[in-house]
Amino acid sequence: MRRVVITGAGTVNALARDVPGTWAAMAAGRSAIGALEFPDVERLSIRIGAQVRDWRPEEHLDRTRLSLYDRFTQFALVAGAEAMAQAGLAAAPGDATRWGAVIGTAGGGNGTVNEAFRAVFAEGRNRVHPFTVPRLMNNAAASHLSMQWGLTGPVFSVATACSSSNHAIGLAFQMIRAGMADGMLAGGAEAMLNFGGLKAWEGLRVMSPDGCHPFSLGRNGMVQGEGAGVFVLEEREAALARGATILAEVRGFCMTSDAGDIVMPSAEGAARTIGGALADAGVTPAEVGYVNAHGTGTAANDRCEAAAIHAVFGARAEQVPVSSTKAMHGHCIGATGAIELLACIMALRDGVIAPTIGYEAPDPDCRLDVVPNAARRAPVEVAISNAFAFGGLNAVLVLSAG
Amino acid sequence: MQEQIISIIAREAVIDADQVRPDMTLDELGLDSLGLVEMIFSIEETFGVSVPFNANEGQAGEFDLSSVGAIVGAVEQLIAGRGAAVA
Repeated sequence: MRRVVITGAGTVNALARDVPGTWAAMAAGRSAIGALEFPDVERLSIRIGAQVRDWRPEEHLDRTRLSLYDRFTQFALVAGAEAMAQAGLAAAPGDATRWGAVIGTAGGGNGTVNEAFRAVFAEGRNRVHPFTVPRLMNNAAASHLSMQWGLTGPVFSVATACSSSNHAIGLAFQMIRAGMADGMLAGGAEAMLNFGGLKAWEGLRVMSPDGCHPFSLGRNGMVQGEGAGVFVLEEREAALARGATILAEVRGFCMTSDAGDIVMPSAEGAARTIGGALADAGVTPAEVGYVNAHGTGTAANDRCEAAAIHAVFGARAEQVPVSSTKAMHGHCIGATGAIELLACIMALRDGVIAPTIGYEAPDPDCRLDVVPNAARRAPVEVAISNAFAFGGLNAVLVLSAG
Repeated sequence: MQEQIISIIAREAVIDADQVRPDMTLDELGLDSLGLVEMIFSIEETFGVSVPFNANEGQAGEFDLSSVGAIVGAVEQLIAGRGAAVA
């Protein structure tokens, strides 16, 4: 079977606008959560988030094209450019019809929708920007990446809430492994931090008004972030032949559905997905040196996820390092798995495990080694990344050192 | 007002209002987490109040959800507080 490696990584998130800066912030255990700044924020009950501040897209992107790009597409294009540069690519190597892109997003051009609704409903205007539709569509980021880099193979978007990124990366992995493509840009992008976007979220009563404390006793909800993570995935032999630097190998993937509740997670479904991904990778739980948790900081997710880790890892459940990096970069929804994959790559490459910051006290329902509050040095051969989405959709990736 | 609140709770629990007693708990009524969030939204919309409720804290939060009667009392307090704030 063909093997699949990651040869490039790029990101924009509230911690940093690139991968080295994000790794440095994760290793330092820095939080980017703070007061949100956008019009009408005073009308929200939830006013904190991990926002990409002072974002000036014209510094990164072609000004003549900017009116076509929603904020989520801007993040994806900047992350994609970093990933391609890191992979040493100015275009698809070889046959561009064998290269594609798959980008996960939950809200797509949510900011564009917010602005258009404000214009017609709140301000009573009868005209919106002519590019409202091509900006807001969920596939905009994937399509602009394909145009930017001339990728004429399979290009599409996936929208599976908080699992979008893991689904995107997992599908890219499977397509390359199966021979349907030779290389893919894969990841996720999200930009929902605006008045309408947050107003919808606060209605569900799952957001914390004051901070993100994954797996910690007394945690009171999630804090939203924004950004993008984009990776270059390639067939391993071709990558080695062109002398590419291998950041990590994608070893396995599993996606499942709980078919249960539209918002409540299932420990059984989560455990089945982790187990399925390990089986796909051909590795045992004993070989896993790091679990990047979904760890949203809600009462329900963290309790369920801990139970799932106990079910899969058995006696070792309290020894394997597990961390949620969401207290640093926020829950980036459709982009979150891609940004969190950076923590897995850091663990595999540098032997640095990102911490779960904001950890205050152990919760008897979450008996795990959550690498509390400070990063840890440890050699890691295999890392897994969990994502468990609203809708009961689960996606777990397994990576090993390249 | 008690009648209005009971009718909201009955609607979310999908039972007749005359089956709802003040001493009943939400569990007894069979209200799940989504039904609870919808019930609170209906109360907010009906009475023009903001209910301090975070699903992560469940019944341990500052808004008393321990029984139908407790909910009625808590809404009465919110309305009184709103009146005071307006005055």
